[in-house]
Amino acid sequence: MTDRKPLYLMTPALAWLTAFMVVPCLLILALGFFRRGIYGGIEYTFTLENVALVFDPLYASIFLKSAAIAGLSALIAVVIGYTAAFAIAAAPTRRQPTLLFFAVLPFWSNYLVRTYAWIVMLNREGLVAGIAAWLGYDGELPKMLYTETAVVIGLVYNYLPFVILACYAPLSRLNPEIAEASRDLGASAWTTFRRVILPMTVPGIATGFVFVFVLSIGNFVTPALLGGGNFQMIGNLVYAQFLTANDWPFGAALSMFLIAIMMGLLTLQTFATERASGARRED
Amino acid sequence: MQFKICGAAIGASLALGAGMASADKLVVSNWDGYMAPDAISAFSEASGNEAELVLHGTNEEIMGKLIASKGKGYDVVFVSSPFAEVLHNLGLAEELDHDKIPNLSNLYTEATQLKHDEGNVFSVPYAWGTTGLCYRSDLVEGTPDSWMDLLQPSEDLAGKTTMLATDRWLLGAAMLAKGYSVNTTDDAELAEVRDQLIATKKTLLAYDDTTFYAKLVSGEAEMVHAWDGWCNYGIAENADIKYTIPKEGSDLWVDTMVILKNSENKDAAYDFVNFILDPKNHGWAAENILYKVPNKPAMEALSEDFIAQFPNMGISPEQLMSYEQLRDVGQAQRAYSRIVSEIKAAN
Repeated sequence: MTDRKPLYLMTPALAWLTAFMVVPCLLILALGFFRRGIYGGIEYTFTLENVALVFDPLYASIFLKSAAIAGLSALIAVVIGYTAAFAIAAAPTRRQPTLLFFAVLPFWSNYLVRTYAWIVMLNREGLVAGIAAWLGYDGELPKMLYTETAVVIGLVYNYLPFVILACYAPLSRLNPEIAEASRDLGASAWTTFRRVILPMTVPGIATGFVFVFVLSIGNFVTPALLGGGNFQMIGNLVYAQFLTANDWPFGAALSMFLIAIMMGLLTLQTFATERASGARRED
Repeated sequence: MQFKICGAAIGASLALGAGMASADKLVVSNWDGYMAPDAISAFSEASGNEAELVLHGTNEEIMGKLIASKGKGYDVVFVSSPFAEVLHNLGLAEELDHDKIPNLSNLYTEATQLKHDEGNVFSVPYAWGTTGLCYRSDLVEGTPDSWMDLLQPSEDLAGKTTMLATDRWLLGAAMLAKGYSVNTTDDAELAEVRDQLIATKKTLLAYDDTTFYAKLVSGEAEMVHAWDGWCNYGIAENADIKYTIPKEGSDLWVDTMVILKNSENKDAAYDFVNFILDPKNHGWAAENILYKVPNKPAMEALSEDFIAQFPNMGISPEQLMSYEQLRDVGQAQRAYSRIVSEIKAAN
């Protein structure tokens, strides 16, 4: 057996990513250091003002708000997703593929369609209001659509399959004998979960959380549709700079920070996974 | 120097991305559905010029491409008047030779005196109209007649109104309400406009540029900030929907056709603009997308029933000219965008 890895097999993928992702990203990053031309467009003189503007309290607060909404969505998605994955992994082996299939089924439909479905359900003349009226409720329901709650609902709903898949993988690989050993040694079911199962599945949780967070913080469709434009997330702000304000340099500077946050989180998650699997190997 | 080289590289790569057209075909860029579906093929047939339609979703999108490519690869573009002005200021718009567009004589006199381009030096108006209030007359009590009816709605209307999300029009509603120019760049006036819109935000259902008339039809909203043409889409579905221009006035929006200076098919481009100005072709927009066109014979050909059904189609050119046009505000655009972000970030 040879130790040589066929690295050259990665060439097509690397070339693709370099040409269509790395280079465009670098171009966008570079734009962040130029001035907005008086009529839009870009004036090629160096400036740090766009980068400084990101730290303006107004824009920084939009970053924080986006992070809060993304964090909340990720947390809720992890709680629901992990529970579902746990139940699927505990089901009889032959039924697991079917259950997984149903868990990811919504994922195969169009994102916009799924999001519009929530508009149909939540709007004031919508399904939820209709059912409430049918059940005899005649008061005014609280505003459900075009709120932060609606955005969080939309984000959790759309990204939940990611979490279920990410958590199911380590849960299903768990050797049941480990949990049995823990019980034999006198641990309660809860202690076994908390001290044995949970730590061993942290990589799945971390992956699920980071996926939902990263996808949510840059999302601009859900806040626009379910939030009714009532508040901006960072994705909407970037979108506006490129498509309505004609301020590409500032949009680029904002993207730069967004990409940095995402890369930082993905790196942390990789480290967390590495550490967890490293720890397991040492055991 | 270094930066310049880097800048040139970026410019070049953007231009590469934007350039797309072959030189022998006339390339027209327009919004989707803004002219007859067969306009391009009918023009090709009539003139013998091969032509191609490309679509842009927003003014900003086509402007980005035009600025990056210096207008190369496009022959005729449809843009709103402030953007036509920018193309002219950047030297990208062709100074029009009126002898090559005989159908210009179909335009209303008023349409040749538009403030952004008096005498149609570089742009030909394609459609024009107003921005006002579109409402359900069966649900709203009384007749709204002021921008304040939208900005400070009565208690039973609160939570049932929407405003346009695009910077210029969102701010424009409050500028008009306060009696300011829709192009003001005065800091104090802008601060007042911002405060008003932050206060208004609490009363809104949503900001909506695209589905506001559908919200009226479903009853989800009862009064919306709307362009007259789009209000007509609601009126077409529900005759109780009405359009009104508040007493403080409206802006006058104008969408135009511009020939690019770097066009390599100028004769065909002139022919195309002339072709669109033919009352039959220009009238298509009035009859089908319910926008007023500044073409006298085309508008005179509309039936009385049609005007009765869509009263805002009957707004006279004189009345339109009494409203201030949105103009390019240059660097103040950044202040406008910032204010909109402040409004959106407010609780």
